[in-house]
Formats: sequence, C-alpha cells, structure tokens
Amino acid sequence: MGSLMKLIEPLKKAATGIKGLDEVTGGGLPAGRPTLVCGGPGCGKTLLATSYLVQGALKDGESGVFMSFDESALELQTNTRSLGFDLADLQNRKLLVIDHVHVDRQEIHETGDYDLEGLFVRLDYAADKVKARRVVLDSIDTLFAGIPNEGVLRAELRRLFAWLKERKLTLVITAERGETSLTRHGIEEYVSDCVIVLESRVENELATRRLRVVKYRGSAHGTNEYPFLIDETGFTLLPVTSLGLAHAASDRRVSSGIAGLDAMLDGKGYYKGSSIVVTGGPGTGKTSIGAQFALAGVRNDQCCLYYLFEESEAQLIRNMGTIGIDLRPAVSAGLLRVEPVRPTTHGLEMHLARMIQVFKQYKPDLVVVDPLSALLSSGTSRQAHLMVLRLIDFLKSAGATTLYLAVQGEDNKTELNISSLMDTWISVTNLRREKDLERRIYIVKSRGMPHSADVRVLSLGADGVHVSEQRDAS
Amino acid sequence: MMSAREAMAQDCEEWWGLRLYVAGQTSKSRRAIDNLRRICGKHLNGRYSIEVIDLIEQPQLGAGDQILALPTLVRRLPEPIKKIIGDLSNEERMLMGLDIKSRAPS
Repeated sequence: MGSLMKLIEPLKKAATGIKGLDEVTGGGLPAGRPTLVCGGPGCGKTLLATSYLVQGALKDGESGVFMSFDESALELQTNTRSLGFDLADLQNRKLLVIDHVHVDRQEIHETGDYDLEGLFVRLDYAADKVKARRVVLDSIDTLFAGIPNEGVLRAELRRLFAWLKERKLTLVITAERGETSLTRHGIEEYVSDCVIVLESRVENELATRRLRVVKYRGSAHGTNEYPFLIDETGFTLLPVTSLGLAHAASDRRVSSGIAGLDAMLDGKGYYKGSSIVVTGGPGTGKTSIGAQFALAGVRNDQCCLYYLFEESEAQLIRNMGTIGIDLRPAVSAGLLRVEPVRPTTHGLEMHLARMIQVFKQYKPDLVVVDPLSALLSSGTSRQAHLMVLRLIDFLKSAGATTLYLAVQGEDNKTELNISSLMDTWISVTNLRREKDLERRIYIVKSRGMPHSADVRVLSLGADGVHVSEQRDAS
Repeated sequence: MMSAREAMAQDCEEWWGLRLYVAGQTSKSRRAIDNLRRICGKHLNGRYSIEVIDLIEQPQLGAGDQILALPTLVRRLPEPIKKIIGDLSNEERMLMGLDIKSRAPS
C-alpha cells in the first residue's frame, strides 16, 4: 500500500465509505466525474451506490440524489435497511432525494422528435433541493429498455454526463455486465473516468463476490480482484496487502501459558505480535495448547479472539474444562471471544472477510486459529493457500500475537507450506510406547531467540497443560 | 385537478383530458403545442381540454406523471392513462397512440 499511495496524483476523491474500496482507490471515486459500476444481477451495484451516497450525506457533508430507474423509494429504503442504512432519515434531514423514475415501454408511444430533457429537469430539481454534490443513476439498462429510440438515448446520455461534469457533480452510474463488452449497452464508452466491475462467482459450489477497479483515469489504483462482503455492517472490501514485510518487530514477550514451554522459549515465551504455528496429528493436544495460551493472555488483561472451526463454543469450553482450563469466566468477562466458523457455510473469501471483520470489531491482542487446516476444506488448494497467506498477513499487520493450530499428516509435509511465514514453529507428536501413549513436544524453530532443542514431554492433567523434561533420558 | 367541465364530461366517453409537458419555449415545444391543437381541432370536435405544463417553470410536476422524455402528451381522460412522446408530428401515430378514431370530414 505504501508505494501505491505515493503514486497517487492530487486528484480530488469522493470517499465511498466502503472499507477497502477507498484504500485501493487512494481515497475514493474521482470527485466531480462519473464512475461506472457494472456487474451481473445481484452483485451489489445498488448497495455500492447507496453506500457512496450515505457516506457523502453522513460523513463528508455532501448530500446526494438517487435517481432510481428500478426500485421505488420505499423498496430502496427497505432493501438497504438490512445494511444499517436509514435512507428515510436522510431524506427527512434533506441530505438525500430519491426520485423513482418509472419507465415502461408498454405505456409509451412515440410520435416525432423528442429528447430526455425531463430527466435533466428532474435531476436538476432534486439536486437543487438538497444542494447535492453526489448523484446515482441506477440502472442505465432500464432506460435502454424503456426508451424506444436508442439513438436519442445515447445522445442524451452523452449530454447528461457533460452536464453533470459541468456542475462538478460526482456520479455513480450502474449497468449490467455485457457478454462481450464490459456493459451490455457499451456505457463504458461514455464513462471513461473510473470503471468498477463487480462479480459474483460460484467455484466449488461456493459463491464468492469480487470487485475490480478496471480503470481509473489520473489515479493509481489497485488492480487486483478484491473479495467483498455484504452484510449487516454494510459493504466491506478486502484490499489484501501484498504480504508486505514491514511488520513492526517487538521485543516484548507473551507467555504461552505453559511454564515448561516458556522455559523452552528462552524462558520468556513468544514475541508479541509474532506468528506461531503448532503442528501435530489428531489428538496431540493442540487445542489445549491454544486454550492455555488464550487463558494466560486473559489473565494478563489481554483480549483474545479464538476462531474455532471444528467444534462449537460449548464443546470447546466443556472439553477444556475436563483438563482444568476454565474458559467461562474469561468469556463472560468479555476478554475471550470464541468465534465459531463453519467452513462450508461461506466461500473462502467470505471466510476471510468475516474473520477480518470480527477481528476489527473486537480488536484482540491475541488470536488463536483452531485449526488453520479447516480452511482447506473449502475451495481449491491454491485458493486456500492464498487465503491463508492473506489471513496470516492481515493478523500480522494488525499486530496480533497469533497461534495457528494445524493438523499435520503422517507424511510430515508442512501444512500449506506456511512454515516460512511463521516466527515460531512447535511440533507435537504422539509416541506409542509399550504400555501407553506419550505426547512429545519440540521447537522446530523460533526466530530471534535462543530456544531449546530438546524433545520434551507434553502432558494434559487435571490442571492444564504441562511441559516437562523426559524422565528416561536414555 | 379535474375541471368542472371534465367532471361533467366523465359520463360521456367522448371527453378528452389532455396534458402536454414541454421544457421552455423551444421549437420542439412550439411544434408539439401547434400539432396538438391542430389535431384535436380536427378530430375531437370541441370535446377536449388541453393543459400545457412547462417543466422549466414547474419542475416539481415532472415526477407526478413520470415524465422523462419531452415533449410528452398524457391522455388523462378517458382512462386508462396513455403517454405519447415526441413533437406529435406524425398525426397517424398520435391518433393511434391516443385511441382516437379519425373524425376528419372525408
């Protein structure tokens, strides 16, 4: 992001209020110019446009006009309420005008020469009423369906864009995606300042929404496809950074919650803000190590977020209770938040979006991801790998000390090849002995500290997790 | 708004309540007004009222009848409401659009 910011020319921007979009565009849409938002049905075009008007009205002191060719004012109010927008309130406060322009070709007979001055008159009237700076036209395809003479419509659209530019109004116009061109009616030909494409794709039976800034005249912009999420907190885009390595390195330490393990880590535990992975087969005590870490953090007045993939919160609390790790007081005190995630309910990108969103709401010091490997069960392995990299990068950039638990198969192949991104790698194994099973723990690596090279014993008792030296040092 | 004359004529199917929307005194506006008066005079035999609305002067009226194209002629009576866009230069099409049977003396 840093290098991108430097490239941006001093072009005035109109913020959209959409987290992420304003970042990849270096501040928002080009002020005083038209932006085309195109995509298939149900991609979120109207919601993007609405967010942009709400941002203007509430945050930037720029009132707006929503010219809706599809939905009535009431429908718009209703459909955007679930995203936390109160359009009726904005209308009452004279920050927004919604003009529903109903066009029905069935009702229209054509005889002789005409133009679309009526549209200009209505727009001008509405804009004047609230001294608008922002305008939305949603969607242009309805006009193409309703106006019998396409030549007149095209000429009038050209005139309209010039008219808006002259008044320095920032325009968002929405259009359907075309088969061979960006939009079905070639609107991109008229709107050359900024073009945003929204897509909703189904891969491996999981729907994923993506946004791409195809064009932005006079401004640098991120060119990747960014996943986005639409939910009760609005429209969120994930401008996933390029795995920049500019993370701050802290000298402070965070206890692993297990005295014996801290001892192996130079006597002090993990580095604050570092990424730690614990790998091991099933039943090696990974979750216990995670829970112990979370509890220790809470005891030191730190907030912990626990992403839980394969169990419910109740299961986790019950199971940990049996080895003396009582998570309930921490949960009720609000210091520990267990966030269960079902890998199959969302696409991968949705997962990442959701996880990041929860993180941003809760702002934890510590994070546990239990297990990271669960993310693999959705999406292809390449997708999963990329997503895991993004998650690691995000949590690291956010400065959270994060413990990833990962199932490691018998072949000893490092899960997801993420070990190079980890500051500390701890391995746990089950050793089958003659009469019983013993858990062994050792540190594969731990950057920036003299750590123990011993293989030690991990035991789960009635009072939590313990790490001790082996008794038979034979 | 319905005039007394319109109200009176409601029983009578042959009353035409017409409203023409224009924007300013452009040549297109004038053509539409002239064409409308001429065609009504020729075919409607005094059984009509014409209301001309200039949206430049009364922009607030544009939304009510869902005006987009200009000029637009709205047939308010007889119901159902019908709309014709253009300067009404094609008499044939206008009569068709308004469902007016030609009454021109042959």
